[in-house]
Amino acid sequence: MTASASITAMKKVVVLGATSGIALEVQRQLARQGCELLLVARSPQRLAELQADLAVRGAQRVFTYTANLASVQQHAAIFDFVRRTLPDFDTVLLAYGSMHDQRNSETSVDILLEELQVNFVSVTAILTLFAAELERRRTGCLAAITSVAGDRGRRSNYVYGSAKGALSLFLQGLRSRLHPAGVCVITIKPGPVQTPMTDQLPNAARFADPKQVARDIVRALERRSPDVLYTPRVWRYVMSAVQQIPETIFKRLSF
Amino acid sequence: MTGQSVAAAASRKQTAVSPSIRGILSWGRYPKTAHRYVHKPAWNDQVPEILKTAAPGSLLPHGLGRSYGDSCLNAGRELIDCRRLNRVLDFDETTGMLRCESGVSISDILDVFLPKGWFPPVTPGTRFVTVGGAIANDVHGKNHHCAGTLGAHVRQIALHRSNDGLVICNSEINSDMLRATIGGLGLTGVIAWADIQLKRVAGPWIDAESVPFHSLNSFLDLSRESNDRFEYTVAWLDCFAGKNPRGIFFRGNHAAGQSSDHSPDHSPDHGKEFHLKRGPKLPFALPAWMLNRYWVKAFNAAYYRIHAARKGAAIVPYDSFFYPLDSIRQWNLLYGRQGFLQYQCVIPETNLEAFEELLDRIARSGMGSFLGVLKQFGSAPPPGMLSFPRPGLTIALDFAMRGERTLKLMRSLDEVVQQSGGALYPAKDARMGPAIFDASFPRWRSFVPYIDPKMSSSFWRRVTEAQP
Repeated sequence: MTASASITAMKKVVVLGATSGIALEVQRQLARQGCELLLVARSPQRLAELQADLAVRGAQRVFTYTANLASVQQHAAIFDFVRRTLPDFDTVLLAYGSMHDQRNSETSVDILLEELQVNFVSVTAILTLFAAELERRRTGCLAAITSVAGDRGRRSNYVYGSAKGALSLFLQGLRSRLHPAGVCVITIKPGPVQTPMTDQLPNAARFADPKQVARDIVRALERRSPDVLYTPRVWRYVMSAVQQIPETIFKRLSF
Repeated sequence: MTGQSVAAAASRKQTAVSPSIRGILSWGRYPKTAHRYVHKPAWNDQVPEILKTAAPGSLLPHGLGRSYGDSCLNAGRELIDCRRLNRVLDFDETTGMLRCESGVSISDILDVFLPKGWFPPVTPGTRFVTVGGAIANDVHGKNHHCAGTLGAHVRQIALHRSNDGLVICNSEINSDMLRATIGGLGLTGVIAWADIQLKRVAGPWIDAESVPFHSLNSFLDLSRESNDRFEYTVAWLDCFAGKNPRGIFFRGNHAAGQSSDHSPDHSPDHGKEFHLKRGPKLPFALPAWMLNRYWVKAFNAAYYRIHAARKGAAIVPYDSFFYPLDSIRQWNLLYGRQGFLQYQCVIPETNLEAFEELLDRIARSGMGSFLGVLKQFGSAPPPGMLSFPRPGLTIALDFAMRGERTLKLMRSLDEVVQQSGGALYPAKDARMGPAIFDASFPRWRSFVPYIDPKMSSSFWRRVTEAQP
């Protein structure tokens, strides 16, 4: 870490979707630095395993809360637990999401709506609660994992992509709103990463190492910068090229 | 992209299947296998479903793939990649008792627990093995003469079985299943977690000595004399020298002091990444012609001279003492596209002539290797039904795979081992026949009832299916 002067204290981190593939690696690195963690996920069994692991690996304290983040009705209880348990949290990382086979969303409106609910609607709902709290305190950092898939609508993945793209826009606006309060908002856009979510995709073996992606994320959380993180870095350039392709050509591409 | 699905997960198969079914090879890169399916459970709660839905004899747990041959492969069938099951579930700071999942690596244990003053009770020559794999092969290390195998330090195992769920095995309950699983080549089920007794150490330093020797007898004298005073002993052997081999004897103890000229990074901030990153990496398989006998002879001569010149004592970092080869990532590519075979056997000490005959046959073949590793095993009773270590001398040698020529040499070595009453090590093997397996593990049939009906492996089918 070279620019140690620019690193803001990051000691108390809330992770929403703590059992997701990328979150697992981020949490390990935070634990090694002695952070305090509050983990939210659906499975109490998995949370207990994580809690033990992260405590041994150096986390100062690890709290867990079992809830289904996709269900907006549960958000108030989650938020209440966080405020009671880790009232001075300084960082929130939102790491949950789902990716269906696109073809299912094309034939089933239920699946389509569920995909949007998980990846966009519920995310904006819970972020709004945390944003208000940090804005009131005039400190802290909100980070959410979206995807490079949200940078352009593609034939093979546009439902997931549109939810993530909408989330990126939401974060953009939120960043601007919270800026005067000194709260930073980080949009994390990973390329394809080797996690349980992507195991089914072709070429999964060539996807990025989640450890590398987690290192980039932890660094961004520490520095409260950049506003938009592409990880691995090459995706910043890939996506800026992809965005330049004229629509008349792009609509004919099958990827 | 983000992580695992949240609400959608219920409607989707949780344990993912990788489409990249080709390309899983063992460390020797021989045989070349393709698997039908690779399950990648991220949580122990996903394993029962995998076991339940699988066809009989179709599965095998797989870790970091550091077995040399095909004991970690299941050609044409399925693997359960256990590397994501890598959580530490409990650690007692006062007793050093560790409970961890099977995909935790020795490297991970070193990174997390060495800074706290704890060390693996037994470690093989690479840190990149999983706990599950280390138990399944009942691995030994340089301290076998005083500590036995890893299995001797495993207090308890929880085992996923396809027919009876999660089975707890320790010395009181299911003790026979514990003995079957230690050294059981992954065939008894998927290890959910294991309790391992770590060892207190003063720090990351080893007080090491190297001593040149010039014959088998002088090796044995050195070994007997050192085994009382040194926790770790092993020798490197120049296998081109025939019956009177020269070599370097390495011995060491954990040291309390610190060296001024070395500073291994054992702080928690650096860890696996630090070790993985440093050192060169072999980027691709070398062309086969580069590894001819002249190069290897020259390498061995140089290696001997360098170490003979540096003989004496020094305080060294633990990783250079235990894991010299880990500093060159993918060193297995050295042997070219066809891969290589390792030959590791043990021969009773009472039968030194057999050992000399073995060395003689290797020298005459001209197919010797860089790394002949020699070690005198201790006499601790083996904790597993199929444990390999037993009293005697063990030697491990690498041979580039050159087709029938290499296999013929190995069959000729098999004759010597079999006549001497010795044994071959399944973790290193890709080609032993049923006869020598039967001679090495005469009681293997009593292990068979403990095999999980859903499990099988390439190795197991080869050594048992043609048995009378």
